[in-house]
Amino acid sequence: MNTLARPLPALAAFNARPVMRWSRDETIARAILLVVMVMLFVFLIAPLLTILAHAVQDREGRFVGLTHFITYFQTPSLLRAAWNSIWVSAAVVMISVPTAFVFAYALTRSRMPTPLKAVFRLIALIPLLAPSLLSAISFVQWFGNQGALKFLLGGASIYGAPGIIMAEVYNTFPHALMILVTALSLADGRLYEAATALRTRPFRQFMTITLPSCKYGLISAATVVFTYVVSDFGAPKVIGGNFNVLSVDVFKQVVGQHNFSIGAVVGMLLLVPSIISFVIDYVVRRKLKAQLTARSVPYSPKRRKLADPLLTLFCTVVCGLLLATIGMAIYTSLISLWPYDLSLTLKHYHFVLVESDMADAYTNSLIVAMATAVAGSLIVFVGAYLIEKTRNLGLMRKGMHLMAVLSMAVPGLVLGLGYVMFFNHPANPLNFLYQTMAILIISMVVHYYTSSHLTAVTALKQIDNEFEAVSASLKVPFFKTFLRVTVPVCLPAILDIGRYFFVVSMASLSCAIFLYTPETILASVAIMHLDDAGDIGPAAALASLIVVTSTVVCIAYSLLTRVLLSRTQAWRNLSRG
Amino acid sequence: MDMTDTKFIASPVPASAPAALEIIGVRKDFESFSALRDVHLRVNPGEMLCFLGPSGCGKTTLLRIIAGLETQTSGQILQNGKDVSWLPPDRRDYGIVFQSYALFPNLSIAENIGYGLVNSRARRGGIKARVEELLKLVGLPTSGNKYPSQLSGGQQQRVALARALATRPGLLLLDEPLSALDALERIRLRGEIRRLQKQVGITTIMVTHDQEEALSMADRIVVMNHGVIEQVGTPMEVYEQPATPFVADFVGKVNVLRAVALGNQRFKVGDMELQCDACDGAFEPGEAVNLYLRPEDRAVEHLGDGTANRLRALVTKVEFLGGLCIAEVTADALHGQALGLHFSLNQLHDLDIREGNTIDIALRANRIRAFSARAPKP
Repeated sequence: MNTLARPLPALAAFNARPVMRWSRDETIARAILLVVMVMLFVFLIAPLLTILAHAVQDREGRFVGLTHFITYFQTPSLLRAAWNSIWVSAAVVMISVPTAFVFAYALTRSRMPTPLKAVFRLIALIPLLAPSLLSAISFVQWFGNQGALKFLLGGASIYGAPGIIMAEVYNTFPHALMILVTALSLADGRLYEAATALRTRPFRQFMTITLPSCKYGLISAATVVFTYVVSDFGAPKVIGGNFNVLSVDVFKQVVGQHNFSIGAVVGMLLLVPSIISFVIDYVVRRKLKAQLTARSVPYSPKRRKLADPLLTLFCTVVCGLLLATIGMAIYTSLISLWPYDLSLTLKHYHFVLVESDMADAYTNSLIVAMATAVAGSLIVFVGAYLIEKTRNLGLMRKGMHLMAVLSMAVPGLVLGLGYVMFFNHPANPLNFLYQTMAILIISMVVHYYTSSHLTAVTALKQIDNEFEAVSASLKVPFFKTFLRVTVPVCLPAILDIGRYFFVVSMASLSCAIFLYTPETILASVAIMHLDDAGDIGPAAALASLIVVTSTVVCIAYSLLTRVLLSRTQAWRNLSRG
Repeated sequence: MDMTDTKFIASPVPASAPAALEIIGVRKDFESFSALRDVHLRVNPGEMLCFLGPSGCGKTTLLRIIAGLETQTSGQILQNGKDVSWLPPDRRDYGIVFQSYALFPNLSIAENIGYGLVNSRARRGGIKARVEELLKLVGLPTSGNKYPSQLSGGQQQRVALARALATRPGLLLLDEPLSALDALERIRLRGEIRRLQKQVGITTIMVTHDQEEALSMADRIVVMNHGVIEQVGTPMEVYEQPATPFVADFVGKVNVLRAVALGNQRFKVGDMELQCDACDGAFEPGEAVNLYLRPEDRAVEHLGDGTANRLRALVTKVEFLGGLCIAEVTADALHGQALGLHFSLNQLHDLDIREGNTIDIALRANRIRAFSARAPKP
């Protein structure tokens, strides 16, 4: 044994294990990441903990254990709200998901003309641009006490469960559709060729190949829809009538009765279904992704004499209904007074933008949406970059990732409630944020953090993992490579994130409902107040303005990115010469 | 056990020569297994060293530890005598080429190559000249303004190489640099990388799982398995004198015959006694051993009565592969143990080697290697 060349193992074991020194780069990276993590902690975790604290304290701050929960469960009217939330959400899932599935099937598996598919798809995504109040207002106009189609209900009332269900089906349809289109586009053409070669009938192919392959997509769509409905506040507020649901209950307890303890209890209850479906969705999405990476031959649908026209008809009907909903809202905003004076007018727009005491609402929303888009995409992308590309982060990576995906599981209403309880406390050094525009922007960034984070992570995973290693070996600081390579390469994803933040914060209500002041009131909140006051016309006008603004931004965005990308992304489309 | 000693004898370096890189007792433990166990290695200045082994043997982990991209659990790494064991990557001195090349897709070829130069505060004119020099060196003098996606895999490879060499590092690390290329390009680039490496004179460590690549390019090969270095030696040494059954099996093709030691370098296989001149290990008579014989280590010409290890073998199968074919033979004397032997196509015709025929062969006594059949100590 050549012992001279080696240190004795026993001796080596005595030395304390040295630690890899961090380079300046790694120290900087960790410092920035720490800032992002502290932000997420302060603006996500701490407010949630505050709700929990309130739920087990009395008004004087004494610990009372589960007293409030017991009170809650002994109050039949409150319990009924929980049950209502659950069954209404389930009903929406049962309608929205199958409809979206057939629609997605038509878009991905039929031989409808491609331009028609594009039009159908665009129409189907419109609900994303509108605040959830819009559909409720529209259904009130169609089926309400003076509704155009009230006779169809045969004496039944739209206010309550039927209205909520209809409005939420409209609101959740594009969410389910996007997930199912993704699931259905993953088809492996070879499976169908093999099945056909084995002379399998089309129906059996559908049952044995198509359905199983989008099992995860269906589960994911169902959980997303369910969570959306449970935590949505806008539609039940407008069209719910006396039909109580959890989300409206939180609002009533806190804003109406200043009962923070019961509000906190309901907030915690709202978290339960969200977190359950979040966990299901999270597990299922991983499996969906595993399917995605498998190598497969794309499926190209064959012409079918019966199915194709039927599917086209179906899509036409659905799109007609979607357009009728948004159309009614826009129409309402343009006429004097339904149903008495149908003359066209812009007075409602003039009212909400100039005369009303909420005239600042639209501008405020624009400012918040733009600031959220800029700040959100910056923070999200930097955060995602640092956890994806910094070595040896250990627990930091796990902690950051957990917080980033957790935000999705927290309904906006609960987040807003947490902010009220946390930042309104006079002892909180961040108290100065309360009642400012800044807190609205922060709540939007945090509330919509997860999907943006996942978009950024996906984009970052697609670029070579060794850029940072190469830079280090060339002694180039990591932030230089970040600015010169990573950001330009990921620019499309970053712009996507910015657009997403703009659109969702433009329409978001539940986050802001606890946080606005008369000076910082947002358009969606103003719509709610206008509707409460019976000003349906102005409410519809403001809702339509939001849709138009988001549409314009989306169009401008696609034009801008096309120009920008052609200038900065020339390297993408070069062929080998 | 003496295996470790043969390993050090096999490397023809006096212990006093300054090593470009010295790895001392490096260990890497992951949660469930050890990727590297007590690895010792000296890398000589200017040599091309290949880490060869199956996937999961720890070769890439070792390279990444040298680069500072992974942290060893224990052990030391000295570069030119300086302890770099715990330095972050950007404080070490090396250039690296990855399997994926990791070229920056949005920067031109010239910008890619000059990426590390900008930082070293060289003057702009100096950078331009250096980039052009490197472009010429890798044979792409006119491609400076193109983007990576416009180049073929092999060309991208060479750009990555130029970028790694640009800052004149003292050590070049290549992580499976050829495995993303198609077969023809791979063979062409082997020669090119080797030429470049010699021209620049840079100490180079290459990781590969392709034994042909290692045999054709390396000055020395480090064969690794299960986190342990099995053998270090020149390609010829590793091929002709494998230190362990694993090396014999992993590098090149090999036949394995079960045998019993008779002492005095003689072994009994079935009914036959084989002479084995090259077996340096001492085996006790009666010990079970495995004899390793490469397919080409058979003689068919000049066979006389005195020729050792002669046998008449029955050809059971001929696998036609082109110029070089494999004949599977067996003999009653071997108790049915089969041997795959190489024959050129011409030999196949001249000696009438066909399925069902018998042939006269001798197993080369100076080529057979014997290893104990007992499981090696962990």
